[in-house]
Amino acid sequence: MKHLRLCMAVVFGLCAGRAGAAVDARPADADPWLRPAQVPAPESNAPTAERVELGKALFFDPRLSGSNWISCASCHNPALGWSDGLPTGMGHGMKPLGRGTPTILNTAYNPLQMWDGRFKDLEQQALGPMGSGAEMNQDLGSVATEFAAIAGYRARFDAAYPGESISTTTIAKAIASFERTVVSGEAPFDRWRRGDAAAIGASAQRGFELFKGKAECGLCHMGWNFTDNGFHNIGLNSEDPGRYAQKPLKSMKGAFKTPTLRDVALTAPYMHNGMYASLEEVIEHYDRGGDLKDNLSPSIRPLGLTVVEKRDLLEFLKTLTGAPMLVVLPQLPQ
Amino acid sequence: MNTLRYAIPSLLLMAMLPAAFAEDHLVMQKDKAFSAKALSIKTGESVTFRNEDEFFHNIFSLSDPAPFDLGAFGKGQTRKLVFDQPGHYEVECAIHPEMRMTVNVSK
Ligand code: HEC
Ligand code: HEC
Ligand SMILES: [Cu+2]
Repeated sequence: MKHLRLCMAVVFGLCAGRAGAAVDARPADADPWLRPAQVPAPESNAPTAERVELGKALFFDPRLSGSNWISCASCHNPALGWSDGLPTGMGHGMKPLGRGTPTILNTAYNPLQMWDGRFKDLEQQALGPMGSGAEMNQDLGSVATEFAAIAGYRARFDAAYPGESISTTTIAKAIASFERTVVSGEAPFDRWRRGDAAAIGASAQRGFELFKGKAECGLCHMGWNFTDNGFHNIGLNSEDPGRYAQKPLKSMKGAFKTPTLRDVALTAPYMHNGMYASLEEVIEHYDRGGDLKDNLSPSIRPLGLTVVEKRDLLEFLKTLTGAPMLVVLPQLPQ
Repeated sequence: MNTLRYAIPSLLLMAMLPAAFAEDHLVMQKDKAFSAKALSIKTGESVTFRNEDEFFHNIFSLSDPAPFDLGAFGKGQTRKLVFDQPGHYEVECAIHPEMRMTVNVSK
């Protein structure tokens, strides 16, 4: 009686590739577990060497903060996997923040930034911590004037954004350009995907199968960046409403963005509140199917993993640590 | 025999109650995308969303004519919604914000 009209099943192929420039550029047979070589960037802020260099100086420059003491790198420290090793960040006046500092690795590929996805791109994100009283406590009204008074920066901004003035917009664009260079290096897992059978051990190989299979991690940590860019409540003991603040839907209460697992062995402690000190604790959390069951994602349930299976999963996660990016600290413009 | 006998009254019903037999439009959720980016339907018609991925999806809209949240549903499952308020709907998946489509419901 009812007609079911198929809405263009053909469009599937097109839709699958729509997520971003880098994805579009991939050949159809590209390994979904390997990072696309091309890093996406908005047309309005195409990366150039000058922009990246300028952004790097700004990223490491504590003068971006109200106290002239906190830089982006204070919390996103390259020596600590671009995070800070703390359960939650330490902000202005040494006050702890409400959430843990995520790595900035591969954030170029994130469709939404922050644990709750409240910023849409890196340009918008960069002004968040600067202007936040709790984080860098900078007066966004005067920061451009402050930097314009530094001769070395005037020259750099001119070279990077000719014709545009020094403003919060160009500051944010430059920082975003630098962040787009912070991408994961080749990990043993990648070498194994490319055919080097000995690049990871048998335990890690079994761990990858568990990850995609019995342990169901791949339902959310999917693809080369090990994230679906989605939001889930995984049943942590936490009062934080998370994504609910952006999308007031019941299922989003306590939901957070699936973080990348690239370099995850370097970025303890884990979760939006840093409540787990080790990957072993994280695996135990999933094995028992989470703790708080309110709005728990239907993809989280007790797994019944054996001792060996837990170890295999851990060994697999460790193979995601890429070759470190060599970071030469910039001499800050004066 | 029986089928034949029922066919006539139900045909009549169909003419009398167009809404009850209004067209249903099928939209698939596959590879974290909707199979249609935009859909134009008439008031009273329905849309059935079918999850063809291995993982859960959700359907919601905060659009003015009539906000809704159909919750999360897994592989192979469907959610059907009758659009009985005309207007423009932004339909999204709460789990995967990249998944969005529009439904235009004309009078
Ligand atoms: C005081 C510590 C601190 C400082 C300083 C800081 N951040 Fe962060 N950063 C955080 C925390 C904590 C979060 C997560 C907050 C949230 O999601 O609510 C975060 C999130 C981010 C994210 C989002 C990552 C993702 O995967 O979603 C980016 C990008 C980022 N910061 C870049 C920067 C930049 C650029 C600066 C300097 C302008 C900066 N941060 C300064 C602590 C800090
Ligand atoms: C339902 C989706 C989902 C599934 C299934 C899932 N994760 Fe997660 N994972 C997340 C989300 C969301 C977070 C962040 C949660 C938070 O902080 O509130 C996370 C966090 C993590 C973290 C911490 C990363 C960090 O930087 O803090 C690790 C490690 C991790 N997951 C590994 C796994 C493993 C291993 C499995 C399988 C046993 C798994 N996940 C299954 C969604 C999922
Ligand atoms: Cu979805």
